[in-house]
Amino acid sequence: MLELGTPDQGMLGRHRLLVWVLCCLAITLLLAFGSLIVGTSSIETSLGWLVRPDAESSVVLWQIRLPRTLGAWLAGALLGLAGGIAQGVFRNPLAEPYLLGTASGAALGVTISLIAVNASVGSFAWAAGLGVTGAACIGAAGATLLTISLSRGVLQTGSLLLSGVVVAFLLGAITQLLVLSRFEVWRSLQSFLFGSTAFLSWSSVELLGAVLCVSLVPAVLLARGLDALTLGEDTAQSLGLSLPRLRLALLGLVSLATAATVGQVGVVGFVGLIAPHIVRQTLSVNHRQLLIGAPLCGGALLQSADLASRWILRPSELPVGAVTACVGGSYLILLLWRRSRHG
Amino acid sequence: MGEPRPTGSSPVSPAAGLDAPPALACEDLYVGYGAHLVLKGISVEFRLGSWTAVVGPNGCGKSTLLRALAGLEPARSGTICLQGRALSSWPRRERARRVAWLAQASSLTDLTAAEVVGLGRFAHSGWLAHRQVEDEAAMYRAMMATGSLAWAHRRLSTLSGGERQRVHLARALAVEASVMLLDEPTTHLDPPHQEDVVRLLREQARGCGVSVISAIHDLSLALAADRIIVLGYRGLVGHGTVAEALAGDWLSAAFETAVHVIEHRGVHLWRPWLETGPSPQHPRSSP
Repeated sequence: MLELGTPDQGMLGRHRLLVWVLCCLAITLLLAFGSLIVGTSSIETSLGWLVRPDAESSVVLWQIRLPRTLGAWLAGALLGLAGGIAQGVFRNPLAEPYLLGTASGAALGVTISLIAVNASVGSFAWAAGLGVTGAACIGAAGATLLTISLSRGVLQTGSLLLSGVVVAFLLGAITQLLVLSRFEVWRSLQSFLFGSTAFLSWSSVELLGAVLCVSLVPAVLLARGLDALTLGEDTAQSLGLSLPRLRLALLGLVSLATAATVGQVGVVGFVGLIAPHIVRQTLSVNHRQLLIGAPLCGGALLQSADLASRWILRPSELPVGAVTACVGGSYLILLLWRRSRHG
Repeated sequence: MGEPRPTGSSPVSPAAGLDAPPALACEDLYVGYGAHLVLKGISVEFRLGSWTAVVGPNGCGKSTLLRALAGLEPARSGTICLQGRALSSWPRRERARRVAWLAQASSLTDLTAAEVVGLGRFAHSGWLAHRQVEDEAAMYRAMMATGSLAWAHRRLSTLSGGERQRVHLARALAVEASVMLLDEPTTHLDPPHQEDVVRLLREQARGCGVSVISAIHDLSLALAADRIIVLGYRGLVGHGTVAEALAGDWLSAAFETAVHVIEHRGVHLWRPWLETGPSPQHPRSSP
């Protein structure tokens, strides 16, 4: 009998996924190494630190740079996962993790907490306390709930998208009003709105890692439901799926992943949108492969953006969100150009 | 084409007789969208081992009837019973194992044909997609029967419309349900493949004891069915054997114009009436 489960995919054959995953991991390791030796000190100094560690260098390497690159990878992985799920649930390749209003909800939460503690001591303040992270998570979760209740459940993806946009505008307007009345929070809020990997610590790594484990496993288990959804909602239902439950579970995962990420690195755009696209372009996929591939890809993307943000203007830094926006935007333009050329 | 196979979850021989509850039945069914009622008090029943064609003009509610019978469209009033038990009271997966559904237009997907057909086994294998031997066997039989095995590993988006339709048909077959609801299964197919599909439906009904219900546009193909449901704009025109439908001239009543059917060596064929001038009063030629 023919092997139905293992597509013959050219030279790489059935090991295609494995090869792909190994490539991603190799890139990640290279980027991690790069992250360790790029910083405010020169590369030669950093290499020297790696060879001959001392007390000061071990703090820089293992307490600052390593958690930063690991945290960037985890945040990117979560965004990639959330993007992959969102694109599957909405059956729209332009869906992204923030479309339920999570980003603006988190921004509002952060603004309120900044005003509350009157954190005018500098842009580090927002990431210093868990209070701000918590506020971002609560804001993101609140925005998701608001979106879902505005669209009266998850039955209609169209109205869900629309209410996501409405919630984003509404919460954005409230945030701006608050910022106008208390302008001293603007600078701290700015690094949050651009997205920044500069404040990642081991505790953020632990949190993001835990959230990734908690959300990746159910997402991969539910991937078959997303496959069925590509056949159309009716067909999926006739196959024995409960669409409302599936959507609710998956959107819950999206907002969990996004809230955790936004709380740690702020609003980093484009990673969640681009990572699933890259996986689809390089690995012919069902959703199980997509939801395994997109985190790996998103992780490497944010890691490299983090590295680039430190490299370009060294010894000073760019906001990582600016880098992802530039790279992601150009990638989208390339995609559009290729599509229009191929008709 | 195809080989006899046991029906999936409820093996009932075609000869189970009329004492058993019908495989699927609806009574006094009202279904509508918004203020517009499409089905007004339809009562029909379907037996195992018979193939029923649903015909009628565009917009008369063929698809709506099939969707309602598949549990995809809520009934305003009336009941739908699967094996004598209310359709809505069946657990979702149990129901999905007994009723297979094929949409009129399927959306594009990047999955491979084998993956699509594998989804037909969802109600059996569940979330983990751990395919058992019988799942693989059902997929294989379904793809053999529809002739889609050759492109098992091609992405659906790279197939032609007809090839895609056959993969979707294989997906519906792979469920191995006792009731198959097919909305226009012959769309996008060239005539020889339409023949294949119709032969397959008949085989499913007569050989495997499945209750096959399909909306079909082509009247000649529909007249090859065991039973026929004729829907008109005002509701159900008739439900019975093809002979009854022809005797009562249900088709002309449903389409509100003379429909000409000729008989050729025991086969009923729709004859397009292209001549100008008045069409004969009794369009059906006497046997």
